[in-house]
Amino acid sequence: MPVLVYTENWDGKFKKLSFELVSYASEIAKMMGTSVTALSIGNVEQNELKKPGSYGASKIIEVKDDRLNHLINSAYSSIISQVAESEGANVIVFSNNFTGKALSPRVSVKLKAGLVSGVTALPSNLDPFTVQKKVFTGKAFANVVIKSDIKILTLSQNSFEIIETENNATIEAFTPEFTDNDFRTEVKDVTKVTGKVLLTDAEIVVSGGRGMKGPENWKPIEELAELLVAATACSRPVSDEGWRPHEEHTGQTGKIIAPNLYIACGISGAIQHLAGVSSSKFIVAINKDNDAPIFEAADYGIIGDVNKVLPEIIEAVKELKAES
Amino acid sequence: MKILICISNVPDTTTKIRFVNDNTAFDTNGVQWIINPWDELALTRALELKETTGGAIEKVTVINVGTKDTEPTLRKALAIGADDAIRVNTEPKDAFFVAYHISEAVKNEGYDMIIAGIDSSDYNGAAVGGMLAEFLGVPSVSSVSSIDVEGDNVSLKREIDGGSEVIGTQLPFVAIIQKGVAIEPRIPSMRGIMMARKKPLNVVEPVEADALTEFVSYELPQAKAACKMVDPENVKELINLLHTEAKVI
Repeated sequence: MPVLVYTENWDGKFKKLSFELVSYASEIAKMMGTSVTALSIGNVEQNELKKPGSYGASKIIEVKDDRLNHLINSAYSSIISQVAESEGANVIVFSNNFTGKALSPRVSVKLKAGLVSGVTALPSNLDPFTVQKKVFTGKAFANVVIKSDIKILTLSQNSFEIIETENNATIEAFTPEFTDNDFRTEVKDVTKVTGKVLLTDAEIVVSGGRGMKGPENWKPIEELAELLVAATACSRPVSDEGWRPHEEHTGQTGKIIAPNLYIACGISGAIQHLAGVSSSKFIVAINKDNDAPIFEAADYGIIGDVNKVLPEIIEAVKELKAES
Repeated sequence: MKILICISNVPDTTTKIRFVNDNTAFDTNGVQWIINPWDELALTRALELKETTGGAIEKVTVINVGTKDTEPTLRKALAIGADDAIRVNTEPKDAFFVAYHISEAVKNEGYDMIIAGIDSSDYNGAAVGGMLAEFLGVPSVSSVSSIDVEGDNVSLKREIDGGSEVIGTQLPFVAIIQKGVAIEPRIPSMRGIMMARKKPLNVVEPVEADALTEFVSYELPQAKAACKMVDPENVKELINLLHTEAKVI
């Protein structure tokens, strides 16, 4: 009765969050006295494929098929359910990212397994099986009991530490059964953003609000992001005005993120914005209004004109980089 | 083509969240209820499509699983422009329970495109759309950021971590949408509000169904320590703190 983890890859490399998931699943497996099986779907090289073993998986199952080069919800969720059944898994773990949100509900119905999404910690109890999750977009936590035999969790990103361990994993191929109904959607075109840090993956995020005054002032945000290997983000008014693309909108109805460091430049900190960023480990706020609500959520603050302060921050970061 | 929009009835996003009964229940006292923000964008896009595709879309229906208390939210959806509404008359227990009820209510109604929001701003289940597709045995496309219709063809853009894909799908299907399908939700006009009173709101009785999860208690996050202010004349100090104290750069 192992814990099954869906380890997602991007262009044949496992995502960092996949290792976070395996580490998390290993701790659950320890609590339950069982092992971890990782499932990889798509083309991953053998060298890469054994990596989940270094985070506690004892078995890695590989499913390859030319039709699986893109995410197809029906086919992928069918594979995961078939593997869960053949392994006898009673806990299945996904990331709470786009992929996990796409697949876990379908697997839940296929296996009649209770699903809790956005889990933030290890189960607090195994009987009844109780986990904590975020509710009201980070404004509160709920303790949820899963009543079914099989339990499905999606883990909030960046909420569990990656723990390396010895690798003694075996790799097995699995051949799933498909029906035509599993392939009723078709990917016609793909646009990949390259050379940029992904907002949902980033450890540092530099974000701008209306206080930036206009899209022409974004240069320093991009420069600072590049220096810090950070992603760029923005508040809702900024994306609504078309200063920045909607993919960067961070907040209640945009992206919900939890980086180690969030730098809010000229963002007042409306409750809807804070809902999307309050899980960040550290928040820095730069705003000329000392009453701005962002300072209540921030760990470090500077009261000042962001267009004057940002260049000085960039200089200071450059100096720090030069020293180290 | 017939479109169905799944509507969740949620507290206004500015609501101060409190709990009662020893932190076992959400305090609904004084709460303003709204259409879940993503569902509102879904409805907005469905109405735009209905207006711009020259009769390709026959009808836009909204559905909610909830008690009579949620009717004002459904009426608002009708006022924005939905043609009719369905309410499954039961207290929603969890996503599995809600999705099953929706599937039972609509499985023989011939909807070609069913749209659900990627998340709900209350319990953040992010699950009803996917579960509904599985109950109905139809394809689902998730994290959709644009929907276009030409005749019987639907073209979708799906956002993935690190890019986007253009997707075609067979009908019927479920689209699980996020911001991008529409940017600003429509607001009801005076005429819309008047007309909504006369539009059909059909109440369907619940079926036998299970909830697989139970919310047993709630906690508020711990209060944050006060913000450490750095002198704007000494920006270096901030970088120093981030490096040596927070250890994040």
